[in-house]
Amino acid sequence: MSDTVIIADKLTKKFGDFIATNQISFEVYKGEIFGFLGANGAGKTTAMRMLCGLSVPSAGKATIAGFDIYKQTEQIKRKIGYMSQKFSLYEDLTVLENIRFFGGIYGLGYKELKDKSEQLIEKLGMHNQTKKLVAELPLGWKQKLAFSVAVLHDPAIVFLDEPTGGVDPVTRRQFWELIYEAANRGVTVFVTTHYMDEAEYCNRISIMVDGKIEALDTPVNLKKAFNAASIDDVFYQLARGAKRIE
Amino acid sequence: MFSVTVNDITKVYGKEKLVAVDRVSFSVNKGELFGLIGPDGAGKTSIFRMLTTLLLPDSGSATVNGYDIVKDYRLIRNTVGYMPGKFSLYQDLTVEENLHFFATVFGTGIQENYQLIKDIYVQIEPFKNRRAGKLSGGMKQKLALCCALIHKPTVLFLDEPTTGVDPVSRKEFWEMLKRLKAQGISIVVSTPYMDEADLCDRIALIQAGKILSVETPENIKAGYGDTLFAVKSANMYRLLETLKNYDKALSSYAFGEYAHVSLNDNKIHAGDIKQFLAGRNIQEAEVIPAAVTIEDCFIKFLKN
Repeated sequence: MSDTVIIADKLTKKFGDFIATNQISFEVYKGEIFGFLGANGAGKTTAMRMLCGLSVPSAGKATIAGFDIYKQTEQIKRKIGYMSQKFSLYEDLTVLENIRFFGGIYGLGYKELKDKSEQLIEKLGMHNQTKKLVAELPLGWKQKLAFSVAVLHDPAIVFLDEPTGGVDPVTRRQFWELIYEAANRGVTVFVTTHYMDEAEYCNRISIMVDGKIEALDTPVNLKKAFNAASIDDVFYQLARGAKRIE
Repeated sequence: MFSVTVNDITKVYGKEKLVAVDRVSFSVNKGELFGLIGPDGAGKTSIFRMLTTLLLPDSGSATVNGYDIVKDYRLIRNTVGYMPGKFSLYQDLTVEENLHFFATVFGTGIQENYQLIKDIYVQIEPFKNRRAGKLSGGMKQKLALCCALIHKPTVLFLDEPTTGVDPVSRKEFWEMLKRLKAQGISIVVSTPYMDEADLCDRIALIQAGKILSVETPENIKAGYGDTLFAVKSANMYRLLETLKNYDKALSSYAFGEYAHVSLNDNKIHAGDIKQFLAGRNIQEAEVIPAAVTIEDCFIKFLKN
């Protein structure tokens, strides 16, 4: 298998007459941190659901970790991790129960799960919290734990949907250290965010407007191309002309 | 003249005696745009709910428009507008019905104060017959703001109006706030986005129920005290890992395309940092003095 882990070719999703995602094409490489940006309603969530094998495209092609998104959705689901701010862990299960539950779902064996749980708890320094309900953890801890659980089964790609909303600036950076570390191990990170400084942490970013990818490059090149001081400026130049009201 | 005064207010929850708001004091001048800046769980919502008379403080006192939040709660409710962080309009009423409902509850009509909401309302008017539950996030936010304004409040409380909203809509929202402020409305707004702090007249930085500082954004930045450098190299992960071992630095952390390094020794120059990095095999790093932002100040407060 090549080092290209996501290939999307004119990927399209229509809901009736509405074209939510309009012929988007891009590639994402192994170990890359890829920022998937766009205004609310630009079609990011729809695109992400297709890439995760949760929604069948109306047209176009894509492979995820070498698997076809029409025919091999079950294989895809085993090769990816997913975390969003809205849903990731069960609040009324303990830390350890959550780790075991998700590990089990992803098909880890008993021994493997035991070792990996210990490693994870060690790494996050959560020895005293393992029997606590997730609901009792501060938000920052929850998010760090959710990310670690999402990569517990060593997925090829982890999808992060606005993972850091509402977190304090120090915790937000600790979270990004986990992302860098995972990418350094070869995990591909596909992330959406509304924090434009976080967009700068990505190797490459795409910006969606009204269902289409209007820009895709490294943050440095995008700033040059748009003669902008920051990604915030680039985003503003592209997205302020959006037709879709959200 | 103060629109809001808060004196040593405290709120404790549950059997565990969780202190959500810990002896908080601040005041908001008439016509001021005042920001409560802090992460989730800092106590922002509890403060809003006490000031809008929906929650009783355990100790301390506060006034809104000169009225006491405990004794004069009825008077306060008539004169303030409140937009909670969680969407709280009637999902099964249409846009227009919601607006009409809230106007009527306050004994007024849509026409009387239409001027105040016109700019915002025209953007959602094409959907006025749509049920509120079927609106997108951005439209819900605009409708909620209209409903909070329809009785022409003198103080407006907005709890995280821009959370989860994209940068373009966030900018538009702050433009709306500026226009409302220009009409003399005092605004208390909370946000977890540090870059929005600069758009407020004064801000309170808040963490774990305690106020870290109440000042103008300019003064908070001016009071930073340490020297700040921005450092860039090809591999950010390696750069950050390497900077952790720089013992001259107070702290180092990612900041957009750069890493920020803070020092309290003004004898250390950009060249020294470059030299340190070169010694650790990071060649040709760019090191420049960095302008202090509110986020840098917040990080410093959190680390102390």
